[in-house]
Amino acid sequence: MDYFLTEEQLMIRDLARQIAEEKIVPVRAELDETGEFPWDVMKTIAQSDLFGLFIPEEYGGLGKGCLELCVAVEELSRACLGVSTSYAANALGTYPLLLFGTEDQKKRFLPDIAAGKRLVAFGLTEANAGSDAGGTQTTARLEGNEYVINGTKQWITNGGVAEIYTIIAITDRSKGPRGASAFVVEKGTPGFSFGKKENKMGIRASATTELIFDNCRVPRENLIGKDGAGFLVAMKTLDSSRTGVGAQGVGVAQGAFEEAVKFARKRVQFGHPVITFQAIQHMLADMATSIEAARALVYAVARFIDSGAKDVSKESAISKLYATDVAMKVTTDAVQVMGGSGYMKEYPVEKMMRDAKILQIYEGTNQIQRNVIGQALIKEFARSK
Amino acid sequence: MNMVVCIKQVPDTAEVRINPETNTLIRDGVPSIINPYDVHAIEAALQIREKAGGKVTALTMGPPQAEVALREALSMGVDDAALLTDRAFAGSDTWATAYTLSKAIQLLGADIILCGKQAIDGDTAQVGPEIAEFLDIPHISYIRKIDEAGGGRIVVQRLMDDGFDVIESSLPVLLTVVRELNVPRLPSLKGKMAAKKAMIRKLTAADIGAEESSLGLRGSPTQVKNIFAPESRKDRKMLEGTIEEKVEALVRELVGLKCL
Ligand SMILES: Cc1cc2nc3c(=O)[nH]c(=O)nc-3n(C[C@H](O)[C@H](O)[C@H](O)COP(=O)(O)OP(=O)(O)OC[C@H]3O[C@@H](n4cnc5c(N)ncnc54)[C@H](O)[C@@H]3O)c2cc1C
Ligand SMILES: Cc1cc2nc3c(=O)[nH]c(=O)nc-3n(C[C@H](O)[C@H](O)[C@H](O)COP(=O)(O)OP(=O)(O)OC[C@H]3O[C@@H](n4cnc5c(N)ncnc54)[C@H](O)[C@@H]3O)c2cc1C
Repeated sequence: MDYFLTEEQLMIRDLARQIAEEKIVPVRAELDETGEFPWDVMKTIAQSDLFGLFIPEEYGGLGKGCLELCVAVEELSRACLGVSTSYAANALGTYPLLLFGTEDQKKRFLPDIAAGKRLVAFGLTEANAGSDAGGTQTTARLEGNEYVINGTKQWITNGGVAEIYTIIAITDRSKGPRGASAFVVEKGTPGFSFGKKENKMGIRASATTELIFDNCRVPRENLIGKDGAGFLVAMKTLDSSRTGVGAQGVGVAQGAFEEAVKFARKRVQFGHPVITFQAIQHMLADMATSIEAARALVYAVARFIDSGAKDVSKESAISKLYATDVAMKVTTDAVQVMGGSGYMKEYPVEKMMRDAKILQIYEGTNQIQRNVIGQALIKEFARSK
Repeated sequence: MNMVVCIKQVPDTAEVRINPETNTLIRDGVPSIINPYDVHAIEAALQIREKAGGKVTALTMGPPQAEVALREALSMGVDDAALLTDRAFAGSDTWATAYTLSKAIQLLGADIILCGKQAIDGDTAQVGPEIAEFLDIPHISYIRKIDEAGGGRIVVQRLMDDGFDVIESSLPVLLTVVRELNVPRLPSLKGKMAAKKAMIRKLTAADIGAEESSLGLRGSPTQVKNIFAPESRKDRKMLEGTIEEKVEALVRELVGLKCL
C-alpha cells in the first residue's frame, strides 16, 4: 500500500533495503549460528549515514524524525532482527542525550554517534528491576565533583560493543521514584566492566551483556537531566523508541510473509501448489491484513510523535503492542505455511520466529504495554467525565 | 591528483533478450545500471582520493537518461560528473566512443583515468585501451590491486591467467579494472541527497572541440550490417575417446566431408 512517503523517505527506505539485501541477507544465518556481532554490517550502516537519521543536523545528523527511523528499522528487520536490534538500541541509548542532554553533552557525543564511530547502549534493567524499574539497586553517590557508581545492569543490548552508555542509577533512595538519575558513562572508565555475553534464543547477532560498576567514577558533567529525573528520562526515552520496536515487528513479519508466499507457490502436494488450497490462502490473507494494519498504525503513531505531541505514552505503547503481537503470530504462521521446511534452518523463517519473540519482551513486555494503555485510559476517562 | 572514471549505463542483466523479428535488444522493462565493472572503478578512484587526495569526476557518453548513472556515482561520493550527450555521437562504435571520451578527458584533465574491464552489454573491452591510444598515454588493463598511487607514479597488480604482474607506471595512465579489485561501497544518504540536487555538466561535440567526421556513425569504421541471434545448430557431432582416437575419428570425418 502507498503511504505517501516523501521522496527523501523513499530514499531512506531504498538505501536501508539495499543494505539489507546486499549486506545482511547473505550473512544472517551465519550470524545466527555463531552469535558474532555484525561489525561489518554496522560499518556499512555507518557509511550510509543511517546512524545519524534522527540526530539534528547541527550535530552531524540528518535531522529526521521517528517515521524515518521506523522506515529504516523496518527494512533492516525484514532481513534480520539481530542486526536491527543492534541498530535500534543505538537510538534507544541516544535518546536520553537527545531529549535531556546539555549543549555540552550533545556536542561531546552526538557527532560521533551520528557518524557511527561509536555505538550506544541504554542500561535500565537489573536482576531485581525488570518490569518494575522501581527495584533498581545500582547507586550513584556524589563525592565532590564526581559520582561514584556501584551496581550491575543486566541484559543490556550493545553491552561491550558500545562505547557510550546511558544508564539509570539511584542517587537518593529516600526520595523513592524521584531519587533516580540518568548518567552517561564511557567504555574504558575505571571501575566499569562487562559480564559475559548471553546465549540467547534469538536475535543472536546482537550483543547482550551485564554492565558492572565497581566504584566507577564519572565527572559531575555526566549527569543527564536533573538529579532525580532518572525515571522521567527513562520513561520519555522509551516513549520515543517503542514505536521503533513496532517497526521491527512490521519488518520481520513482512520478511517471514514473503518467504511463506514464495514457498507456497512452489511447493506441490496433491498435485497442486499448496497456495491453491483455501486454508493456506486464508492464512496468507490474514497475515497480509495484519501486517498492513500494523504498518499503518506504526507509521501513524510515528507521524503523531513527529508532530511534536507532548504525551505519546499510550500511542507508542499501542503501536508496540499491536505490531509485535502481529510479528509473533505472522512468523509462527509462516513456519506453519511452510510445514517441515519452515522448521528447518535451510529456510529463514524458523530464525524469524525465534527472533520475533523478543519484541514482546524488551522495552517493556506486552503485558506492561497493556498496563500503560489501561492507565492512560483511566486518566482520559476521568478527565472527560 | 585528478581522476576521471568512465562509466557506461547498461541494461541490468548480462542476458538481455533479443527480439527475433527486429533483431534488436529488448530494453523495455529492463532497468538501467552502471556497468558493474565501472562501479569497481569508481570505488578504486574514491580509495585513491582517500589516501592521496584529489578530485574524482565521473564521465559518461550516452543519451540524456544516462544522467541517472552519473547521479548514482555522485551518491557514492565522486566530486563531479559530466555527461557527453549530442545527436552527433549517435551510432558510435568503440573507436568513435573512445575518441569522444578522450576529447572530453583532455578537456577535464586527468592524472589517472579508470575504466571497467569491459561493458556487460557491448563486451568488447576495447574502449579503455583505445582511449589511452587517443591520449597517447600508457594503459594497464585487468587491475586487481593498486599498491601505490601518488607522487607522479602508480604501482598496480595486473591479473593474468597464471598469477599477476606487478607494474609501475608514470602518470598520466589509464587503468581498466576487474571485480577482484575491491568491494564497492553503497551510496550514503547524504550522498544521495546531494546527488539529487547536483548540477550535471553536459558536454556537446562543440564543447570538447571534436572533429565532426570522427564522431558517431560517420566516425565509426565498423558498420553494423545485420544483427541476429545465431541459431543453435544441431548438425554437429561430439567425438569421444582418447586423444589419439579422437584425432583419428576427426581425420576420418574430414576426409568423408572432402575437406582433406
Ligand atoms: C535480549 C534482551 C535485550 C534487552 N535489552 C535491554 C537493554 O538494552 N536495556 C535494558 O535496560 N533492558 C534490556 N532488556 C531487558 C528487558 O527490557 C526486560 O527483560 C523486560 O523489561 C522485562 O523484564 P523481566 O525480564 O525482568 O521480566 P519480569 O518483569 O520478571 O516479568 C515476568 C513476567 O511477568 C509479567 N509482569 C511483570 N509485572 C507485571 C504487571 N505489573 N502486570 C502484568 N504482568 C506483569 C511480565 O509481562 C512477564 O510476563 C533486554 C532483555 C532481553 C531479553
Ligand atoms: C561493431 C560494433 C558496432 C556498434 N555500432 C553501434 C551503433 O551503430 N550504434 C550504437 O549505439 N552502438 C553501437 N555499438 C555499441 C557501442 O559502440 C559500444 O557499446 C561502445 O563503444 C562501448 O563498447 P563496449 O560496450 O564494448 O564497452 P567496453 O569497451 O567493453 O567497455 C570498457 C569500458 O569503457 C568504458 N566505456 C564504454 N562505453 C562508455 C561510454 N559510453 N561512456 C563512458 N565510458 C564508457 C567503461 O569504463 C567500460 O567499462 C557498436 C559496437 C560494436 C562492437
